[in-house]
Amino acid sequence: MSQQERPSPRTYGVLAFPVGMLVIFFLIPFGIMVATSFYHRIEGAFYEPAFELANWQRLFQPVFLERALFSIGICLLAGFVCIVVAFPFTYFLTRMRRRPQVALLIVVLSALSLSEVIVAFSWYILLGRASGVSNILVWLGVMNEAAAYQPSFAAVLLGLCYIAFPYCVLTLYPQLTRLDPEITEAAQTLGASPWRTFWTVVVPIARPLIVAGSLLVFVFTLGSYIIAFFLGRPEHWTLSVFIADQASANANVPFAAAMAIFLTVLSLLVVAAVVLVESRTRRLT
Amino acid sequence: MSRRSDVRGGLKLEGLVKRFDDVTAVAGIDLELPPGKLISFLGPSGCGKTTLLRMIAGLERPTEGRIFLDDDDITDRPAYTRDIGMVFQSLALFPHLNVAGNVGYGLRIRGAEKDRISSRVDELLTLVSLEGLADRRIQQLSGGQRQRVATARALALEPRLFLLDEPLSALDANLREQLQVELRLLQQQLGITTIIVTHDQREAMTMSDLVVVMKEGRIEQVGPPLDVYRLPSSPFVAGFIGRTNLLRGEAAGDGSVDVAGHPFDIAGEADRTGEVTLSVRPEAALLVVEGAPERNVLPGTVVFVRDLGELFECFVDCGMEEHVIVAGSPRDWVPVQQGAQVSVHFPADACVVVVP
Repeated sequence: MSQQERPSPRTYGVLAFPVGMLVIFFLIPFGIMVATSFYHRIEGAFYEPAFELANWQRLFQPVFLERALFSIGICLLAGFVCIVVAFPFTYFLTRMRRRPQVALLIVVLSALSLSEVIVAFSWYILLGRASGVSNILVWLGVMNEAAAYQPSFAAVLLGLCYIAFPYCVLTLYPQLTRLDPEITEAAQTLGASPWRTFWTVVVPIARPLIVAGSLLVFVFTLGSYIIAFFLGRPEHWTLSVFIADQASANANVPFAAAMAIFLTVLSLLVVAAVVLVESRTRRLT
Repeated sequence: MSRRSDVRGGLKLEGLVKRFDDVTAVAGIDLELPPGKLISFLGPSGCGKTTLLRMIAGLERPTEGRIFLDDDDITDRPAYTRDIGMVFQSLALFPHLNVAGNVGYGLRIRGAEKDRISSRVDELLTLVSLEGLADRRIQQLSGGQRQRVATARALALEPRLFLLDEPLSALDANLREQLQVELRLLQQQLGITTIIVTHDQREAMTMSDLVVVMKEGRIEQVGPPLDVYRLPSSPFVAGFIGRTNLLRGEAAGDGSVDVAGHPFDIAGEADRTGEVTLSVRPEAALLVVEGAPERNVLPGTVVFVRDLGELFECFVDCGMEEHVIVAGSPRDWVPVQQGAQVSVHFPADACVVVVP
């Protein structure tokens, strides 16, 4: 109806602040990091400005490539698991009455106030042998003796899903709230059971949302290193653990910078690929 | 399933009540609706008409009462087993499917073969004059076309009941009138029992065999549209179906009523005594400039005159609570000026007693 107008100078004025913030706090640090990745590391000290490809060459060792692929794999899996749980959860949450809906939403979102360290440590205890959940199972007589469920791949995955779950719900909630209830009712008057309605109407309509939610979890968990460090063995460590390790323990900031940029580019490529495939298939159906 | 006659879709409602927490939306409805007819639930917003329709559709569970469709008790059956077609107020078309996908959805759910679905979809699109639009996306359709898709989708499974919840409210006036006629013709052609919820009395008059006027969760009056228009059973019905002039008076019991000191004769309910309210439609009242009859007349001052082209209207202050409205066709109209002293004649057979 209304034509797209040329933005007025005032619009640019309003944009100046957020754009300025982005430049100061994101673009410039990122530029510094790119520069640092070419600096020369001084063993036993810090680093000095230089231009050398040593950090990047070191990156292309099998061990780091393998870690990068593992990171992408486990985070994609976390995105998948998270959306499989969060989507039905959020959908039924939006169909609930107002009061219990708000209460449940508060419970879920309060998990956001927990720092990653606390989450990781809590799961470390819960999945451990000494005082973990298996003790309850032993007490109930289900198991014979307490077992440790960490460190393990499953524990890392669980931890990643746990920290990402509230974000995933937050992404899905506004849009699913706006889904016209008459649409699902229409499906029911046409003979679809609630289960069929969910699969033939709700999920297809929300497909872009599902892709967006799982991608968010993917990107979010890719940056987490405490979870994998606490709950996994070294073979379950993500690239982020190595970045943190290089930066803080080894004080090899140039190499950490190179790895961080590498990880960023990889994750952008994955996101781009998923978005491309999604829009392709949407046009076809 | 019992099927006594060829005509399907007879509906019986017994003592239906619906309460939401502390709000009573439907406060006890008993109604028997004949098969093959078009029935409208008419009333202001909040009168419970939509809730009643949703209970019939199975989208709302009655707090009390039973619903029978062709003598089957369907009260506890979920919506998806009820054999009904419904058009929603928002139309509720599936945005991820094209026109054919929407119309054929019900058939697909039942696992019909692809060929059968596409031939049935073509048939339905012809029925609603949307030939050739099967591949269109919903977002590419106009309001009227969307309405037709919703109708075709609801009729795809040849349901026993066709329910419409204010289906035309989103359209502009001209298109709405056109689609009212189309929907009515379609209903007559298919002979399907149809219930339409509306707050538009013109829509109800245009389309229905039977009008159910509702107020505050109860039925005020049931009848063919013209009967309800001519003989409203209450001031509410008289005011809701068309406009009316309400005159308060004292009935003597011999067919005469005293309205603010002026003698009136009434044709029906002559033996009524005590306080009564008379309803006189604007087009039944007459404006008299000279030589007014002695009875059934109120003198007054012309407050406002408007010429709507097809209709002439005059608002007269007769000392009542509200202005008396007199309407007539321009052909037999007496020209009057604003401020003129006139008499308004209410013929005895036009005075309908409504209680109270």
